[in-house]
Amino acid sequence: MTQLHLASVAELGRLLASGEISSVELTRHFLARVEAHRELNAFLDVRPETSLAQAAAADRRRASGESGPLLGIPLAHKDIFVTRDWASTAASRMLEGYMSPFDATVVERLGQAGMVCLGKLNCDEFAMGSSNENSAYGPVRNPWDVKAVPGGSSGGSAAAVAARLCPVATATDTGGSIREPAAFSGVTGIKPTYGRPSRWGMIAFASSLDTAGLMTASAEDAAAVLSAMLGFDPKDSTSVDRPPEDCIRELDRPVAGLRIGVPREFFGKGLTPEAESAVRAALDTYRGLGAEIVDISLPTASLGIPVYYVVAPAEASSNLSRFDGVRYGHRAKNHGDLADMIKRSRAEGLGAEPKRRILIGAYVLSHGYYDAYYLQAQKVRRLIGEEFQRAFQQCDVIAGPVTTGEAFDIGAKTADPVAMYLEDLFTIPGSLAGLPGMSVPCGFGPRGRPLGLQLMANHFQEARLLGVAHQFQKVTDWHRRTPAGVAATNP
Amino acid sequence: MSWEVVIGLETHAQLSTVSKIFSGASTAFGAEPNAQACAIDLALPGVLPVLNRGAVDRAIRLGLAVGATINRRSIFARKNYFYPDLPKGYQISQYEIPVVSGGHIRFPLGDEEKVVRLTRAHLEEDAGKSLHEDFQGMSGIDLNRAGTPLLEIVSEPDIRSAAEAVAYAKALHALVRWIDICDGNMQEGSFRCDANVSVRRAGDTKFGTRCEIKNLNSFRFLERAIEHEMARQIELIEDGGHVVQETRLYDPDRDETRSMRSKEDAQDYRYFPDPDLLPVEISEQWIESVRAAMPELPQAKRERFERDFGLSAYDAAVVTASREMADYFEALVARLPSEPKLCANWLMGEVSARLNREQIDLARAPVAATALAGLLARIADGMVSGKLAREVFDAMWSGEGTADEIIDRRGLRQISDSGELETLIDGVLAANAKSVEEFRSGKEKAFNALVGQVMKASKGKANPQQVNDLLRKKLGG
Repeated sequence: MTQLHLASVAELGRLLASGEISSVELTRHFLARVEAHRELNAFLDVRPETSLAQAAAADRRRASGESGPLLGIPLAHKDIFVTRDWASTAASRMLEGYMSPFDATVVERLGQAGMVCLGKLNCDEFAMGSSNENSAYGPVRNPWDVKAVPGGSSGGSAAAVAARLCPVATATDTGGSIREPAAFSGVTGIKPTYGRPSRWGMIAFASSLDTAGLMTASAEDAAAVLSAMLGFDPKDSTSVDRPPEDCIRELDRPVAGLRIGVPREFFGKGLTPEAESAVRAALDTYRGLGAEIVDISLPTASLGIPVYYVVAPAEASSNLSRFDGVRYGHRAKNHGDLADMIKRSRAEGLGAEPKRRILIGAYVLSHGYYDAYYLQAQKVRRLIGEEFQRAFQQCDVIAGPVTTGEAFDIGAKTADPVAMYLEDLFTIPGSLAGLPGMSVPCGFGPRGRPLGLQLMANHFQEARLLGVAHQFQKVTDWHRRTPAGVAATNP
Repeated sequence: MSWEVVIGLETHAQLSTVSKIFSGASTAFGAEPNAQACAIDLALPGVLPVLNRGAVDRAIRLGLAVGATINRRSIFARKNYFYPDLPKGYQISQYEIPVVSGGHIRFPLGDEEKVVRLTRAHLEEDAGKSLHEDFQGMSGIDLNRAGTPLLEIVSEPDIRSAAEAVAYAKALHALVRWIDICDGNMQEGSFRCDANVSVRRAGDTKFGTRCEIKNLNSFRFLERAIEHEMARQIELIEDGGHVVQETRLYDPDRDETRSMRSKEDAQDYRYFPDPDLLPVEISEQWIESVRAAMPELPQAKRERFERDFGLSAYDAAVVTASREMADYFEALVARLPSEPKLCANWLMGEVSARLNREQIDLARAPVAATALAGLLARIADGMVSGKLAREVFDAMWSGEGTADEIIDRRGLRQISDSGELETLIDGVLAANAKSVEEFRSGKEKAFNALVGQVMKASKGKANPQQVNDLLRKKLGG
């Protein structure tokens, strides 16, 4: 038998269905791995008794005749999703120990499908960052090289799946926070269409961009879980009212005749030769499978970074206003009047990056600057969306790099926020357009750290996107490679 | 030097929805603090707003009632500022595109009809309440009111006196209750006004610098605050100073306004469209369904009462001052179609006086329209005199029974029988020879004294007109 933590979701499902293992055994296996890899700092809150109780409940459901592809399968949630049974902190001091009275819709749906939660995953504070160094609870380490960042903001999700501490992790993507860490950590990441997963219970960063998604070991695994996760939620006004979708239905569709658009702007200066050759090699693989590679141009996409760093901080400056120390969260011990209490609580509770973005956001929304920044950014955002729509007349999916290169060292970019912001150069345009996107492992950089291939499709084309990724993974083994020791350990 | 005051009002009407504008929590008044604040009202991490369509319904109803444009697409924006009783750190309101644009309010002022144009009406959520008094060295926060739906109705600066401002506010108050979008309870803060006040020399075409007086929650305070503010501004200018644009608070205990904040420290609210809410799309069908459910509006009713019932403009206005009043009147007239004036007089007179004296609403009056109709019918057919009818009414108010029962029990039936009356008159003439003599010598006053004596002898039950006629005949007049 394969080691449990190397098995696919489908394999685990078969083992559970046949009774060869119980969910409690499986959960114990992964909890032991979580415990054994605390050096990665991927988890912020682990409560084994609660996880095992959920696993026991899944086993009882199965015993009573229930089945389902996810019943009894463990996962872990990014600490942006609120949970009743684990603290929900958004990796901020502000929410240290905060217990939510309700579960996020994503958490609830996956729980209803029978998935067992192993705990909460570290991330950048309020999902703001590209390296997971902005967590108030310390950086997450990349399982491929503990000197390297795992990417961010969903760094805990990426590292946990890379080290096979859990088979599935939820994550969120605002400007690249799923795809970039998936690439840096060598796992498969998917950000669905904005509006398809519910935002209810996601601690908001930038409401018009925040999208829940997944990190898994493969596109096939992601497809199985995504089907249970997506769907209309009346509690989220921006949720799209479409019938539920079976995301595995296009996994086996061949890519022969598929038109893959490759934006030439994504291959300009800044892209490392290794990243470029890995992506080109992946495109060759697709060509070999009968796909057609189409040269496309996305000239406006290069404005994505400035647009994003107006829109996202603007929304964040408002979304983070509720953290005032009045009703919950951190409250300063020594303070003067009410206004002073709010000021001090925020000064103490929020980290440097949220503060930086609040300042930027308040500035671009302020009287006299709104038209020049916020309104202008919204206009360019619309143009970027239109540009993608034109591109999708020429091609079915768009492919390119996720990042300019492999993961950098912890501390390498912390002094230069703009250099950090540029990490999301290739992922931000798709986020601004609300498009589904993926990162699929496609090679390694000069220091042996993973690289990712980005795939984007038009709105609501998650199933197609997953199929395109799966066809690649059927003929390559990048996604099967694990960091040193992962395959050898048990747990 | 004569001065003109220019006033615009911003009125907050709390909409009568059962639940809040963006959450399912109850809007009922008077619960234990924070008992009606759910996760959304508390702005817990991860919550999202969902618009209550009932609030939009009510905004459309107002828009239709004031002849405004209902915007097919309106936008909710965030108004950002920090305050302990503002849980999200922003208020969801409408900024650039409100749900209602334009319209006007018509109302009588003295003998004139005034028209005040409306700028807009927009939906927003209310904040909570800070309680500073009950806690030593601390403040309490009650978020029951947080998220309550408000319609802010903004007038153009068309108002030219404090009295006109009050008349406008009263007309608007009556209207929102009439169309059943707001309970109008001013003590509970369901209807409150901000007044923008400026003064200018008579004949000037440019407006003066204005001050905004916040949170006036009674018509009396509205009037006093404007009067005071006018006087303050005029005195300031006449003394060579100038008005500074600012927000002021009216202190009813001292009867003065005082500065709250100046324009310079006015906050930058950093408005932007709320990304958690889609634009409000209002279809033609939605508007039509609201229109179909609209009651007849006061003005239409007023005109109909004048036309169909021959009421004077004044009577028609009084009788349509509220929907309850108009309904009561119509129920009366339905039973006494030939006596609309009698119905109006009793409603405006006896009934309103009793309600006023006892401080109760028409809905809770012990004499219902059907019961009063029974009494008015007896006046109309001459069975009871107008004077004795008041006694019957008082007895009905005290719950002693129907008009007929009381008339019979107390023997108040009017004497219209000629034989009976003649006997009474003969007795009076015999006993008042002196008055008869005076009358015959030309003193008309003596006649009235004799009528009085007959009425007295009949204990007020004699039909006065008949007494008059018979007496004149007997005296040979």
